[in-house]
Amino acid sequence: MIAYKFDYKVANSIEEAFSMLSSAGDAGSFISGGHSLVPAMKLRLAEPETLIDISKIPGMSGVAIEDGFITIGGLVTHAEVASSYIIKESCPGLAECAGVIGDAQVRNKGTIGGNVAHADPGSDYPGALIAFGATICLSSSEGSREIAAENFFTGLFDTAKEQGEIVTAVKVPVASSSAYAKFPNPASRYAVVGVGVALNMENSTCQSIIIGVTGAADHAYRAKESESILNGSELEENNIEKAASAVSESKEMMNDLVASADYRTHLCGVMLKRAIAKAKYRS
Amino acid sequence: MSKCKTSSEVGGMGHSVKRKEDARFIRGQGNYVDDVVRPGMVFMDIVRSPYAHAKIKSINTEKALAHPGVAAVITGETLKEYNLHMMPTLMSDTQMVLPIDKVCYQSQEVAAVIGTDRYAVADGIELVEVEYEPLPVVVDPFKATDPDAPIIRDDKEGQESNHIWHWEEGDKEATAEIFNNSDVVVKERIYIPRIHVASIETCGCVSEFDKATGQLTVWMTTQAPHAIRTVLALVAGHVGLQEDKIRVISPDIGGGFGGKVPVYPGYVIAIAASVVTGLPVKWIEDRRENLQADSFARDYHMDCEIAADKDGTLNGLRIKTLADNGYADAAANPSKYPAGMFSICTGSYDFKNAFVEVDGVYTNKPPGGVAYRCSFRVTEAVHAIERMVDMVADEIMMDAAELRMKNFIPKDAFPYHSPTGWEYDSGDYHAALQLAMDNIGYDKLLEEQKEKRERGEFMGIGICSFTEVVGAGPSKDFDILGIKMFDSSEIRIHPTGKAIARFGTKSQGQGHETTYAQIIAEELGIPYTDVSVEEGDTDTAPYGLGTYASRSTPTAGAAAAMACRKIKAKAKKIAAHLLETSEEDLEWEVGKFSVKGVPDKAVTIQDIAFAAYTNHPQGLEAGLEATHYYDPPNLTFPFGSYIAVVDIDSGTGEVKVRRFMAVDDCGNIINPMIVEGQIHGGLTQGLAPALFEEISYDEEGNMTGGSFMEYLVPTAVETPHWETDKTITPSPHHPIGAKGVGESPTVGAPPAIVNAVVDALSHLGVKHIDIPITPEKVWRAIHKKEVA
Repeated sequence: MIAYKFDYKVANSIEEAFSMLSSAGDAGSFISGGHSLVPAMKLRLAEPETLIDISKIPGMSGVAIEDGFITIGGLVTHAEVASSYIIKESCPGLAECAGVIGDAQVRNKGTIGGNVAHADPGSDYPGALIAFGATICLSSSEGSREIAAENFFTGLFDTAKEQGEIVTAVKVPVASSSAYAKFPNPASRYAVVGVGVALNMENSTCQSIIIGVTGAADHAYRAKESESILNGSELEENNIEKAASAVSESKEMMNDLVASADYRTHLCGVMLKRAIAKAKYRS
Repeated sequence: MSKCKTSSEVGGMGHSVKRKEDARFIRGQGNYVDDVVRPGMVFMDIVRSPYAHAKIKSINTEKALAHPGVAAVITGETLKEYNLHMMPTLMSDTQMVLPIDKVCYQSQEVAAVIGTDRYAVADGIELVEVEYEPLPVVVDPFKATDPDAPIIRDDKEGQESNHIWHWEEGDKEATAEIFNNSDVVVKERIYIPRIHVASIETCGCVSEFDKATGQLTVWMTTQAPHAIRTVLALVAGHVGLQEDKIRVISPDIGGGFGGKVPVYPGYVIAIAASVVTGLPVKWIEDRRENLQADSFARDYHMDCEIAADKDGTLNGLRIKTLADNGYADAAANPSKYPAGMFSICTGSYDFKNAFVEVDGVYTNKPPGGVAYRCSFRVTEAVHAIERMVDMVADEIMMDAAELRMKNFIPKDAFPYHSPTGWEYDSGDYHAALQLAMDNIGYDKLLEEQKEKRERGEFMGIGICSFTEVVGAGPSKDFDILGIKMFDSSEIRIHPTGKAIARFGTKSQGQGHETTYAQIIAEELGIPYTDVSVEEGDTDTAPYGLGTYASRSTPTAGAAAAMACRKIKAKAKKIAAHLLETSEEDLEWEVGKFSVKGVPDKAVTIQDIAFAAYTNHPQGLEAGLEATHYYDPPNLTFPFGSYIAVVDIDSGTGEVKVRRFMAVDDCGNIINPMIVEGQIHGGLTQGLAPALFEEISYDEEGNMTGGSFMEYLVPTAVETPHWETDKTITPSPHHPIGAKGVGESPTVGAPPAIVNAVVDALSHLGVKHIDIPITPEKVWRAIHKKEVA
């Protein structure tokens, strides 16, 4: 449980971070909360030669709301998201999601930027961010770009982020009828299955619903089949049941000590039903 | 014991005085092995096998030795020069310290790297190049004795299969007869999986050998320092390590639970390294090493059968068990008991007869079979009987409490001779179960369950009425490697009336520094705050077999009382001298002797202590001290009745323990607060295997889930609110009427929880679920799917 030898540098600006990374080369790695990277280093699964601490860089902390979008700095911790009044009011499902990540220690140290960049298949945020239509903001020495969460998570620990890019912020549109339901791995507290739902109800009819699923497959995905079953419906029980059966999207479910593939498929449906119930209550 | 004999200042038995040791623990000032720092100390780390069974073709240490900070690499060949590559287990089996030609389980020690700091040795172990040739693996114990199974212990002469031992108890023919003549026979295969003690402090040592004096001092995470010293002398006497030159110090220990009884290869390698280099060597396991390589607990496959009458009379019990011992039989049972006290499996019930047999086998898994907070396989025994009794109740459609009440050994039948040979010292099982039922509102719960079942909700009520057997043990039957299982106390009263007491046991968190002082306070009237308690240093403490299997109070606690009585006898002579009267005219009242009928004419124990050094009678030895080696006449038999109430999430299969009522009877209680704390901890460690913990292996013998990311040791988050109560049935043979308690809740909790879960699902036809009851298993039971 002792990491390989590494250098540790603190970047005071984003420009300095990029320049430090460029001198460190391929063996350099950014670190903020360290709650994914440090355990991997201790197991000697990750062996960065240079850690570049970006947690002191100004401008990537804090939560703000403007023009119907919540902007969450990449350095904002899970605990801050869980307790932010802005988020609780404008996207309660996201605060709910952050509040069930890991345990108190993890939530106090881990950051949203680090979390989405790492893209652990059992991570909570990806499912919620896809459902809530979030945008991931990236910067590198080449410039900045934005990418929809739905297109950001591409595989097992794999994202659309290029080497050298930092997740500077996550933007989430206001979604008051949002919810997240999770079945945690009892030991690690990662999501065995986590389902985020953003709902738009009008006169008891579902105008639109977006569903994001994490934990179940090798990366988080949007469950469009279930969405289409529910869009335009009154969320009657039989429709919800149908949507619940479809939410695994015939994807290859993960299979591990905690949950076999068919149990996971079942849990996807249960968590979808629970997330819809909560979102509907909030609408 | 409703009334205390002593004042709260004296703090004898029955007082919930605060723990004396906590003053340092809560300040973070405990002194654990990893806190020990010696001048010039070097560090050791261990190369471990990735394979469960493989030939070692070569070990190349060149690159490791070239790494900055690495001083030496020790291999089996190095140790073989000193004939230290093999060592005995506590069960008189043998195991490798370091291998010469093959490894037999994953994470087995292969070589050790010594260096200037932890970082250097962590790098060094990766640079040791080991060439392996994988061998066929035996993982399934049921296949271990197949004719084509590879022989794991081909190093042992005459070992022609993987079978280790067969053990049986009870009357086979008479039991078979009962089965032939009973109306109802219920059968089930029950598996108690491998689990791990997972103490917060992992194992480790600091070994310091002084080349000039030949003195070896080892600070070690051990529950049994004296036994360890003797084993070291037996293993290494031939290289000059005589017992008088070995000092084992067990400092503060962060949890043992049986896992710190065995001698692990790491200790021996560190000792060898310090003897060879003359430097102090520190070795501390990391969490993964601890989980993956240290001795496991449980791993019993039990084929259980009960024969009963239709009216619920239990007649006969038959259990055939396969014990998976891993690569070596490295359990820590008393020598005559290869399956520990498993034959206590007739439990709290008056069976006409019983027959129990156990076969131990080798597999390619880490060795062990330690008594994890359980007196030598009692957890397995209680699980078997308490599950089976519920299955009988289900079969004949009788209430589980009623069936128990009908079959309990009656109060007036003690001492009770069980069909498997035990003499239960005392018990009142009806009272304990009745109290638990009254406290939890059993009848109301049954009504609630009925209503909920009609609404499609899953709620279950589970009972466990266990009988424990602790306090090993009487020397006629109990020894470890030939050393009889007495324990000891040496008490010295100083001139000012304060005292120091030393013991052969070793606390790992149990609170001995407080409870032993309270026993002495009770016996002599010296305030518990005036008694220092010391354990764990073989140079100063009297010889004893250590602390495990709830034996400290039954053995060393008894020794303390007996030593006090020796002191009191001498104190009486001094008192007679001081009061100028005869001993017959004196009477004892806690803390003082007075002349009968003249209460004002008295001397306190403090007066007497002072006189023992300043004014002792001519012809009497000066001083006031005594040592006692207590050889218990019998074991003690704590018992209790637990009731669990669970709710099951029908969507996910998650089990929530809503209520848990634990009524324990551990005889007379020394410190009620400490006992309650022991019960809370034990219940949590019973919840763990019931719902969460299992160590499993894939077909290649790779451990699946060897870290806390997968292996859930419950925290406050997972733990329900425990409700506790007690009955008190003193042990008739123990000097202070006490029994052990630490293990009762670990033993009793799992079947109560399992019985509750099965009860919640019984209307679906569910008869049994093996632990741990994971949400997926429950979901499969509800949906009648095969367990994956």
